[in-house]
Order: sequence, then C-alpha cells, then structure tokens
Amino acid sequence: MLEIEDLTTTYGPVRAVDGVNLTVAPGAITAVLGANGAGKTTLLRTVSGLVRPRSGRIRMQGKDITRSPAELTVRGGLALVPEGGGVITELTVAENLRLGALWRGDRADRAHALREVCELFPPLEQRLSRPASTLSGGERQMLAIGRALMSRPRLLLLDEPSLGLAPMITARIMQVLRDLRASTGLTVLLVEQNARSALSIADDGVVLSLGQVVMTAPAEALLTDEALRHAYLGF
Amino acid sequence: MEQFLNLTLNGITSGAVYSALGLSLVIIYRATRVVNFAQPAFALISAYLAYSINQATGGYWLGFAVALLAGAVMGVLTERLLVRPVRHNELGAIIVTLGLLIVLQAVAGMVWSNEPHSFPYAFDFRGDFSPNSMFVVAAVAVTALAVLLLFRATPLGLRMRAAAFHPDAARMSGVRVGLMLTLGWGLASAVGSLAGMLAVPPFIFPNVLDGVFVYALTAAVIGGLDNPLGTIIGGFLLGVGLSYVSGYLGPELVTLAALAILVIVLAVRPNGLFGKALARSV
Amino acid sequence: MSAETEETTAAPPAHRAPQPPAPRRSLPPVVVHLAWALLAFALLVGLTMITDPFTNLRIATIGYYLIAIAGLALLTGLNGQVSLGHGAFMFIGAYTVALLVLHVPGLPFWVDLLLATAAGGIAGLLAGAAAARLHGPYLAGATLALAVGLPAITQRYPEFLGGSNGLSFSVNSQPAGLVGVVPATRWEAWVVWATALLAMVILVNMSRGRLGRSLRAVRDDEVAASLAGIHVGRTKILAFIVSSACAGLAGGLQAFLLGTAAPGSFTVALSLSLLAALVLGGLGSLWGAFWAAIAFVYFQAWAEDAADAVNLPVNVENNLPLALYGTVLILVILLFPAGIHGGLTRLRAAVRSSRQGRSGRSEGVS
Repeated sequence: MLEIEDLTTTYGPVRAVDGVNLTVAPGAITAVLGANGAGKTTLLRTVSGLVRPRSGRIRMQGKDITRSPAELTVRGGLALVPEGGGVITELTVAENLRLGALWRGDRADRAHALREVCELFPPLEQRLSRPASTLSGGERQMLAIGRALMSRPRLLLLDEPSLGLAPMITARIMQVLRDLRASTGLTVLLVEQNARSALSIADDGVVLSLGQVVMTAPAEALLTDEALRHAYLGF
Repeated sequence: MEQFLNLTLNGITSGAVYSALGLSLVIIYRATRVVNFAQPAFALISAYLAYSINQATGGYWLGFAVALLAGAVMGVLTERLLVRPVRHNELGAIIVTLGLLIVLQAVAGMVWSNEPHSFPYAFDFRGDFSPNSMFVVAAVAVTALAVLLLFRATPLGLRMRAAAFHPDAARMSGVRVGLMLTLGWGLASAVGSLAGMLAVPPFIFPNVLDGVFVYALTAAVIGGLDNPLGTIIGGFLLGVGLSYVSGYLGPELVTLAALAILVIVLAVRPNGLFGKALARSV
Repeated sequence: MSAETEETTAAPPAHRAPQPPAPRRSLPPVVVHLAWALLAFALLVGLTMITDPFTNLRIATIGYYLIAIAGLALLTGLNGQVSLGHGAFMFIGAYTVALLVLHVPGLPFWVDLLLATAAGGIAGLLAGAAAARLHGPYLAGATLALAVGLPAITQRYPEFLGGSNGLSFSVNSQPAGLVGVVPATRWEAWVVWATALLAMVILVNMSRGRLGRSLRAVRDDEVAASLAGIHVGRTKILAFIVSSACAGLAGGLQAFLLGTAAPGSFTVALSLSLLAALVLGGLGSLWGAFWAAIAFVYFQAWAEDAADAVNLPVNVENNLPLALYGTVLILVILLFPAGIHGGLTRLRAAVRSSRQGRSGRSEGVS
C-alpha cells in the first residue's frame, strides 16, 4: 500500500526526517513510535503532501506521490488526521464533515458517507448543526477522524489521535480503527506517543529517533520483549 | 422632522456604498489576512474604464458590466502576482498594496488626466430619495445577500471559508487553497468595483474614492474585520450617523466624527463590534 | 558607527576556554555618538557651502523628514505598531509653530520648535492611549482615520486656522551677525540638520538602552514581554509619544522652512509615503530612516527632473513621479524585503565573511 524509500525532509538545517525507509502492507495497522521531536509528525505531513521532502520516494499503491501536494493525495485515497485534529472551529460539525467529501462531487455518495460516519460516532450526529468550537476534545477528535473518513480513504494517517483524551475515548477510537480495518480493509499508519495503546491494535511497530528508523518489529514483539521495550519505548 | 428623514435616507444611501466597499475589504482580509489598500484603486480604474466605454458607446450598463469584470481581473492578478509572495509578511503586504494604490492612481491621472470628468448616474438622481438612491441601496443589498448566500450555502463558499480559516485542514480535504484565495480576491474586487460605480457620480477624478475608502475601512474595522455581516451593518450605521453629523453639526466635522466613532468603538471592543478576539491574554 | 539595533552575537572560540575581554577604557556611547554627530554636521556645513540654494533647500528637507521617519522607525520598526497617521502629528507641529509665530511673536524660535515637539508628544500620548489595545489592521485603520480626520479641523475653524489656504508667516531666525553673510537657505539647512542630528543621537541612545529592548520585546511577543515584567501598555504609549514628538518637531521645521502651514501638505498620501519610504529604507534599524529620507525627497525630485527633460505630455509628466515611486516600492518589497539597509547589511556581511576565509571564529555582528 505504502512504500517510503530513503525519505528526507528538512526544515532549514534540521533533518526532521532522515533517510526513512518504511513499508506498509494493505490492510495493516502500523504504529510509528518515538519521543517528541523524533520526526513522526513531519513524516506524516510529508507523506500526506503538506510538506515537500528534500529527497527520497513515496509510493502509494505503486503510484509515485512524492511531490504530490495534499489536495491531490486526498484524491488518491489518502487521508490525514493531524495532531490536534485540524478541525475548523469556525464551521459547524456538518460543514466540517461535508468538507471532507466535497471533492468527490457526488451528492448521494456524500450523504451516504455522512450517515456512515454518524453511525460510527453517534455524538457527532447529535451536534451536526453546532459550531465545531463547542465540541469537547474527544468529540473534536471524532470529528477529525470522521472528516477524514468522509473521503473514503484507503490509507488513513493519524497523528497522535489520543493526545489529551480520556482513556475511554481513546479506546473507543482505537476500536473504531480496528473495526474499519476489518470491514473495509482500511490501511492505517498511526503515530503515537502513547505506545501501549497504539501497539494494542497495531500489527507492526516502527520506532523513530532523531528522524531515523531505529527499530522495526511486530507489535507483539515490541509489547512483550522487555529488552526491546526498555530500549526503544521507555517502559 | 423632514430634515431628519432626509438625512436618514441620504445616510442609508451613502452607508450602502461604505458597506459594499467595506465588504470587499473584509472578504479579502478574511481570506488572506491582508488589508487591500489598493481596493479603491481597482474600483477607480474600473470606473474609468466604464467612463471610457460610456463615452465611446453612450451605453451605461455595458460600462457597468465591464467595470465589475475589470475589478475581478485586477483582484485576481494582484493576489497571484504581488500578494502571494509576501503573504506572510504583514507589513510587506500592506506596502505592496499601498504601492499599487499609488501607481494605479497615478496611471489613472496619466491616461485620463487629473481633471474631473462628468460621470453618469445609473438612474434619475433628483429628489430626496431618488430612483438612483433606491438603486444604490438595492444593488448593495442584493450583492450582500448574494455574497452571504454564496459563503454559507454553496460548496464553493464552504471551500472558500475553509481555505480562509484553516488552509492546511482545507488542503487535507482536497480544497485547492491557492485557487480559493485567488477567487476570493476576484470576487471581493468585483464587489469593490460595484461600490466604486455607485460612489463616483457626479464627477470622476483620481482621488474621488479616497474619502469613501476611509469610511469603508472604518466601517469594516467597526464591524470587525473578519465579519462580513458586521461590516455591512457597520457601513449602514456609519453612513446614517455621519449623515446626521453633517446635517446637524456641519459637513466639516464628518471626518473627525468618523474618527471619534472609530476610537469609541475600538475602545470598548478592540476587535470591532462583531469581530473575534484573538484569545491570548495572561 | 553603530546605530544598529540588532543584538551583538559572538561565537566562542572553538578550542579555547572563553576568556573575558581585556578591560578597555571606553567613552560612554552618548559621547561617541555626539562626536560622530558633530563630525557629520561639519561635513554638512561644508556640503552646503558648495551647493546652490535650491539644493540647500532639498538638503534641509531631507533633514526634517529624517526626524519624522526616524520617529516612525521607532514606533513601527522597533515597536511594531503600524501607524498610517504620522502625517497628522507633523500637521500638529507645523500649525503649532505657525500659530506661535503669528500670535506670540516674541518667543525665540527654538522655543517654538520645542513647543511643537511637545504638542506632537501630547497628541501622541492621547493617540497611544487610544491605540494601546489595538493591533495590526485595527491600529492601521484607526491611524488612517486620524490622518484623514485631523487636518479637517482647519475647515471647522477657518479664521483661526486659515482654512484650506492655511497660515503664512515669516520667521527671521538668523542671528544679526550672520544676516547677509550666510544666505538664508544655507542657514536654514544648518538649523534643520543641527536639530536632526541632535534628535538622532537621542533616538539612537533610546533605542540601544533599556527602552529599546522593551520596545522590541513588546513587538516580538506582548505576552512574553509582560511576563518578563515589562509594562506593555506604558511601553507602547511611550513609543507613540516619542515618535509623534519627532513628527511634531519635523512638522515645525517644515513650517519654519516653508513659511506656511497648510492642510494640503498633510494629506493621507504623506502618511502613507512616510511609511512606504521607511520600509524602502529598511525597517529594522534607525539607519533605515536615513536612506528613507533621502529616497523620499530625491526620488520625487529625480522623477520630476527626468519628466521635464524628456518633455512628456502634461498628464504623464504630472503623475510620473508617483507612478515610479509606487512601482519602486512594490519591486523593493518583493525583491528586497529588508529594504536598502537590509541589502547593505547583507552586502557588508558577505564582504566581511569572504575576507575572513575559513577560520572557525566569527566577529560580533553589529
């Protein structure tokens, strides 16, 4: 589904992403872990097209999307839920959701997608006409994911979806991701500082440090092998 | 009593013009966080083009249409070529639009001379609330309504608002943010040119829109620079208020009154009557 | 001459423990600046000896615009408050001088100038207080309204303020001994520049001291500055007071030079042009004001001369200076956002670094 080859992204002299190689199989849930500043967010922003890489290749389903800007990668089936959600607070919940599917152009399709998202996240359905600014943190995250899902992505990138959320809501979100993978074959790339919750649903884990991949292992191994955990995840 | 009525009606008519020009400023500000000081210059050039067409063909409405189109084109070109490179430098953007204002006014003088020319009204302008005045108010009301509907009720409007509020999030939803901002400038400048066409008669000369621009900016600031509806309301209120000042206190005090109103409003609400405060205080 | 306001940075030597610099007996900066100012004044006097009266007038004009723009540099460049109404404070200064000369003729001329400065400062206090809570475009809009609204009071009180024609007067400020020996225009240039250089010394010292640091801190981040103990509102108002006092002084000097004070000299275009010239000259430091004043006066002059020389149709000739000015403005911002001064600084840094070669140490940047 996704092949990242020797990817490097720089901000001025800083190499935020430094020669990263990563492969994600279709239908897999991959967790990207690491401390603050490890380059996880930059990696996602580069893959989604918000930031241009310095060098390297990104391929999605065989197609080269390295230089593809965000507006276009969405149309290719990729959706990003950025850190904090990227919810547009000046718009209503419904408008935020509609926005996610606007580029598809098919009204019936959009309506259908809206219904599906509402089923996944009932709190959203109750607040459709309210400004997004009135939502709680957990509801905003649901809205952010909902908006990403409106575009019917095949690859979903999430940047710290559990940040600042209560454990119950985090669990609910992780559950939703797992269910979506089961029902639609959605591929997920999940960046998290909360390694445990991410690894609980992931198939594989990738650990970044200072922009480089330092470890790739099955999630199970990262969770159970104490030496690995201590060395790379700090617990 | 009759004077009061007259002043009120006149105030509504001039207020309509302030609202329209103010609206064009606000659309642009909301989209790109830039105050387009060149806006009155776009309107001026558009009106001059209408004037030339009027002179050549004798038709008013053709000139009117060309003016709107010219405004849109100037807005689009300016955003794409001059403003986009400096968008993140607030002062730089101000200077670029100021420079453009200076250049365009000078060009107007070069092409059409600094002498005033007679400029036609759309309709009969005689009388206390003439057909022309009604046209002015109606045109602005319809335009304002159309713009508000566009933003609130159409997919395009949704895209434009998203691009203005949160460009990254909009990109991630497939919105071509750059295109939306350019369209915003085009739309705004067309509205600005409409305001120009309504404000210019009876005479056109290079500085004819200076006063209107200040009142329009005042209206936009009073209403809140990111609030189109607030600006429209502010424009009408300002027009009526200044009309009373002119009628009861003397026309020389109008500009000072505008200043006083501005200071008072901003003292009570530093982000305008309906603007959103940037939440950062300790 | 370090009139810069950028911080001094010094990279520690790579392979030695840092050693304190050998103590050096140096003069306080104020004295150094006064010495430079004296030298500059001497050069100026020499210059005016060899140029014709018309050029002397232009030199004087650059002098008072330097004061006005330097004040604006402090307010907008150092303190970050965008003011589009600077011309209004010049207006106040000019009319103060005019009214004093007409109604209190006994006052020595330098007292008139002092009062013009004070009048500007008081107006700045009021404006600054009103503007303290405003930011960005709201501040710009309010100051623009000031620029438009204030000169309009001449219409309201035409007998006292002279209406559209303004006030005319004549001032004889030359000491008796010099009349006839030194032509009036040369003397005027000396007066203006003596004042200007003195004002610049004061401004430079303000901007290097604690006030300068406070101004810049408030510009960069108000919340952080207030957390660091800086009284934000007071600083912003002080910036307004100083800058409008400068403008008042400049306006007073203009009235002195021209013998009139009229609303037509203080249009919105003036305020906008002052800001534009400042950005052209370079916003970050007071040197920018120097380039700006020169650009402001000479650009229009050259454009007018050029238009005359080529013999263009009247319409084009009248408007060509402005058209060129606006075009240059746009080009400079797009191509050289740091203005003339920024360009020169970069050039100097480039020359300096190429001269040093590959050594691991770097001098302080000033």
